[in-house]
Amino acid sequence: MNPADTAMQSFITTSTSVVAAILFILALKWLSAPATARRGNLAGEIGMAVAIAGALLGFHIITFKWIIIGFTIGALIGAPMAIWMSMTAVPQRTALSHACGALAAALVGTAHYYLYFQPGADAPQHVTMAILCVEVILGSLTFTGSLMAFGKLQDLLPSRPTLYKGQNFLNFLILASALVTGFFLTLYPNLRILFPVLLLLATLFGVLLILPIGGADMPTVIALLNSYAGLSASMMGFVLGSKLLIIAGALDGASGLILSIIMCRAMNRSFANVLFGAFGQVQASAVAGEKKTVRSTTPEEAAQIMEAASTVIVIPGYGMAVAQAQHKVRDLYDQLTSRGVDVKFAIHPVAGRMPGHMNVLLAEAEIPYDRLVEMDEINPEFPQCDVALVIGANDVVNPAARHDKSSPIFGMPIINADQAKTVMAIKRSMNPGFAGIENELYTADNCLMLFGDAKVVVGNVAKELAEAAKSN
Amino acid sequence: MSDITSHIYVFILAAFLGLEVIKRVSPLLHTPLMSLTNAISAISVIAAIEIAGEARTTLSTTLGTIAVAAASANIIGGFMITDRMLKMFRKRPVRK
Repeated sequence: MNPADTAMQSFITTSTSVVAAILFILALKWLSAPATARRGNLAGEIGMAVAIAGALLGFHIITFKWIIIGFTIGALIGAPMAIWMSMTAVPQRTALSHACGALAAALVGTAHYYLYFQPGADAPQHVTMAILCVEVILGSLTFTGSLMAFGKLQDLLPSRPTLYKGQNFLNFLILASALVTGFFLTLYPNLRILFPVLLLLATLFGVLLILPIGGADMPTVIALLNSYAGLSASMMGFVLGSKLLIIAGALDGASGLILSIIMCRAMNRSFANVLFGAFGQVQASAVAGEKKTVRSTTPEEAAQIMEAASTVIVIPGYGMAVAQAQHKVRDLYDQLTSRGVDVKFAIHPVAGRMPGHMNVLLAEAEIPYDRLVEMDEINPEFPQCDVALVIGANDVVNPAARHDKSSPIFGMPIINADQAKTVMAIKRSMNPGFAGIENELYTADNCLMLFGDAKVVVGNVAKELAEAAKSN
Repeated sequence: MSDITSHIYVFILAAFLGLEVIKRVSPLLHTPLMSLTNAISAISVIAAIEIAGEARTTLSTTLGTIAVAAASANIIGGFMITDRMLKMFRKRPVRK
């Protein structure tokens, strides 16, 4: 290869990388508001296309065969999922994509390691080897961890926490062994036997890390895995000396970190508590003693109360997603707004199984996004609100979080549904929610229960309203 | 300045820039944010392309090809589903 060619190639990779990096940053900037968000996505797509074109032109590629095969397989997996997967299943898809991203990082790291032993290759420096170990550890544990999260979200695995004695100690031991193995590989890169050990320990740790995590903690864990996947891509950039990879990985890592902090705050818990606290196994017995009466009502009565209301605030939760009730909620929204009732939606940050899950489901049902209001913004409105309609949410509306120091959710910011004049809660039965905590909202004097499947109940209420409108 | 030092600078600056930019993203769009950043970090495909394209050993080519497949699934799926979600965020409802 003559020097002019090499200079040209390095110019191509450098310039395309700079353009791509700028476009990626703009993409995230434009994503900040719904009005410019699609432009942001387009900027991301163009940035990606430019970077890939630069890579294909700029690297010393000998054969395109494997690249084309890999790309075709990827397209066949990615596109159908994006086109047909329902919005309820977006958390699962996200978990799978974290797994894919982390897998790529782990495999590339592994390939790099073994290529160091090819004739003519330079032995890795200690620093490079250390970063490569971090990349492979993060990549492997995120790969299996995300697959576990996928299994739990898809109900292939029990979504309740799996606990056993000495769990945290074992997890710590495995992580520590992985780090020690990485340390020795850094010192003695030629100890090839250690590399598979490192891979094994990290993949095992990923599985064990997610075992004790319950469904309600999924939003935090998904955000955390997102951060790890980004960091492993960034580490890959260090190993390769690619600034574009470092930047893109850092952006992804930062995004995952911010989201996990928001999720933790919304549950008033620390990272450590989410990862090692095993929520959902707590004191089921402490509250079992008291028996209070609940008042239940019928869709007819509920429709009459809502018809007479001037403001209704809907509080959706994961139960709405499970029952696929969002389109019926849209019918109800239409019926009420056509009568001049002001309908809003109160969105708790951890409602659903991933950050922003409820917003996407309601947007899919074509509810205008200016009706979806964040918790802090809508809470002051509850004292003036006529009806608070709780659909498949539980812990996020439990008033015990405000005053009951013995409650496991004490201190968690909640939606103040109990302050509305009338509260209606749609629930399958009186079984306590995911966290196994009794909800005193249901026994409050201003609360009416609507028992049944969320989709059926909301549908019936909307039907009652439609019939009342016809007969008038 | 050695390579590794300049890379650390790039990483730190990018991380802070990311924190500042992403803090401003409306909570409405947190799900699309996640799928978009995921698609963007699949830029690791260029590392996979290099390994698969160089075809130096059977092991590296195999690993590279799988990595290309995994990363491009994220690129294609990630951008497509982000756009699908963003299309749904409308201010005014559309009557069917």
